[in-house]
Amino acid sequence: MIRFRDLSLSVTIPIRVTTMVLATAFAVTAILLWREYEELQRDLANSSASLGSLLATSLITPMTHDDLWRAFEIARAPVTGTAAGSTVTPRHVTVLDAQRRIYVSSDPVRFPHGAPAPFALPLDRSASGFVETAQDELLSVTAITADGVELGFLVLGYSNVQFRPRIAELVRRALLGTAAVLLVLLPLSWLYGRRTAAPLLGFAREMERIGRRSAHAPENDAAVSGNELARVGESFRRMVAALEEKERLEQQMVQADRLAAIGRLAAGVAHEINNPLGGMLNALNTFRRHGRADPVATRAADLLERGLLQIRDTVRALLIEAKAGNRPLTRDDIEDVRTLALANGKRIRLQWRNELQGTIGLPSTLVRQILLNLLLNAEHAVDADGEVGCYVGCANGSLRIVVRNDGAHIAAERLPHLFEPFALEEPPGNGLGLWVTYQLVRELGGSIAVRSAPGNTQFDVCMPVPKAA
Amino acid sequence: MRKARRAILKAFGVGACLFAAGVRAQPEPVRIGLTAVFLDDEIRFLLRWRAYLEQRLGRKVQFLQRGRYREAIELLREGQLDAAWICGLPYVRFRSDLRLIAVPLFQGKPLYRSYLIVPSSDTATRSILDLRGKIFAFSDPDSNSGFLYPSYVLRLSGERVETFFKRSFFTWAHRKVVMAVSAQLAQGGAVDGYVWETLHRAQGGLTAGTRVVARSPEFGYPPIVARAGLAPELAQALRDAFTGMTRDSEGRALLAALNLDGFTPGSETLFDSIEAMSRVVQSA
Repeated sequence: MIRFRDLSLSVTIPIRVTTMVLATAFAVTAILLWREYEELQRDLANSSASLGSLLATSLITPMTHDDLWRAFEIARAPVTGTAAGSTVTPRHVTVLDAQRRIYVSSDPVRFPHGAPAPFALPLDRSASGFVETAQDELLSVTAITADGVELGFLVLGYSNVQFRPRIAELVRRALLGTAAVLLVLLPLSWLYGRRTAAPLLGFAREMERIGRRSAHAPENDAAVSGNELARVGESFRRMVAALEEKERLEQQMVQADRLAAIGRLAAGVAHEINNPLGGMLNALNTFRRHGRADPVATRAADLLERGLLQIRDTVRALLIEAKAGNRPLTRDDIEDVRTLALANGKRIRLQWRNELQGTIGLPSTLVRQILLNLLLNAEHAVDADGEVGCYVGCANGSLRIVVRNDGAHIAAERLPHLFEPFALEEPPGNGLGLWVTYQLVRELGGSIAVRSAPGNTQFDVCMPVPKAA
Repeated sequence: MRKARRAILKAFGVGACLFAAGVRAQPEPVRIGLTAVFLDDEIRFLLRWRAYLEQRLGRKVQFLQRGRYREAIELLREGQLDAAWICGLPYVRFRSDLRLIAVPLFQGKPLYRSYLIVPSSDTATRSILDLRGKIFAFSDPDSNSGFLYPSYVLRLSGERVETFFKRSFFTWAHRKVVMAVSAQLAQGGAVDGYVWETLHRAQGGLTAGTRVVARSPEFGYPPIVARAGLAPELAQALRDAFTGMTRDSEGRALLAALNLDGFTPGSETLFDSIEAMSRVVQSA
């Protein structure tokens, strides 16, 4: 069972509009019909009053002369001949004498001469108007008076039934007129309802799509017309934008948490390895110094030492030493990095912009390592003669480093994992460069973002400069 | 403006003179009174009949229709009418002032009957004596078939019209007696048999509401009479005009419309039975 309110607005709004149009049309029709009906009654009252007074005047002489036949001819004239069959024709015309007995009637079978009046009439009332009887009849009474003397009464009997064809005709005509109007109005109202529903349906569609991460505020005419729907549309757009921002922040937080966890794990593992590693290297040293110079043992010790040193290098890379070197950063530190990067030997075009002036309250060693890592990465990414851009500047109390290249871009699905260890398939160096860079930037309370599109991959680092104490 | 008015007055004056001259050149028109002894409300027929008589007489004819026999008789006796078609009863009453011109032939005889009719819904009534205390329609107090004969029948039974019926009234035409009975305004009526038969032939609807209960003996048919002072040549010309109607096609067509077979000179003795009934009724 589908309830009306569960139906789509695309149906219910047009139905409501159409229903209102229908209701209005029928209400107007009913009012007009009622007025017509009253007019009909007024017509009847007027015509019966004029007929009554005319007949009453004509009946004076036959009644004073007691000319029954003449009175009959007068009474019968309105109900026979050309007048018969018209709606305002009385069904019977009956004349009562002063004693309220029937004198003559156009229907002598029903109202024979001399019989007492079968009407319960307020005969003293000479005002025109109708009395309704039980036999579906409306009676109109006129006094027949001559020289102030009441000779009798004239009763015009109208059948209620005889108005029915005329009323039916009225109803038929009114309904036809209404139908004609509705024929025009209904499609219009349906269209209007559809137009009204359209923006709402648009919102409904887009709200459903929010769950599927591709919502847009619906575009419609109402949006530019400045009405409530346009305001709703604007709010909706703002809401969608806020949701998108929130989702992006959440993703960043998840990513940061993940990287932090990895960092903690890596640091823990590195410490655990570092401690026995120092002991092992010392033991190897002792063995060399005091052991016999057996050539096989010496070769094995050399092999062991190279392996242990490689492990130490790797573990050192994992251990971010933020404390290392507290000298503040200068413009020359950045220029040194340029020299180091170019010493790599690969032919690249370097766009260099160093806007630093004076000293910056950030540890020079760490900043140099961050910049060097990013530059080496960029050099590694570009082809021969590829372009690498570098910008270093200070604004709004933050140090900003931007490094870009025009090499092969990073696929979108890999971007979220870019700063994890060994994220790149062909990493320059030991595969920890970006991870280390990230850890260093975080260590300094900054942020790092990456954007990658074909022909342009850009790393953007922003680090707050602590206020000079 | 004034000029125009003078021109109109002049034209009018000339016209009036010409009209007067024309009238003077013609003999006096014959003025014939018509009453409800026949269906005198068919105007087109009357125009045709008048044209026919004018052609036969060679002079103008004026028809003057009167609703009541008494009126026609008065006009005849005063000389305002030259002739009239009236009922046999006023004829016998004022026989000395009138001359018999012609008597119509109905169903081949100069005779007719009085019919007693009741509404067709009344299947019980067998005679006028069954209608005691009812409402009764007469045509004219000077009508034989529409008043004298039923009064005579009641008188023979020792009854009087005034007390036998609850009420009676006059319709002043035989056709209207049929209408009154058909509408059941009256429970019985006396009607000229010729009129009932002619209505029955022409308009079945009107007589369909009535039933003939009794037919009277035959009486002299309502005659065409002239005032006693009418010039004998003119009286003869009139007689010839009426009796000669069977001799040409237009006359026969008119007779057919009247539902008559012709006119005969007739004789005064035709109306003796009416006179006898009249004496009985008046003797009360």
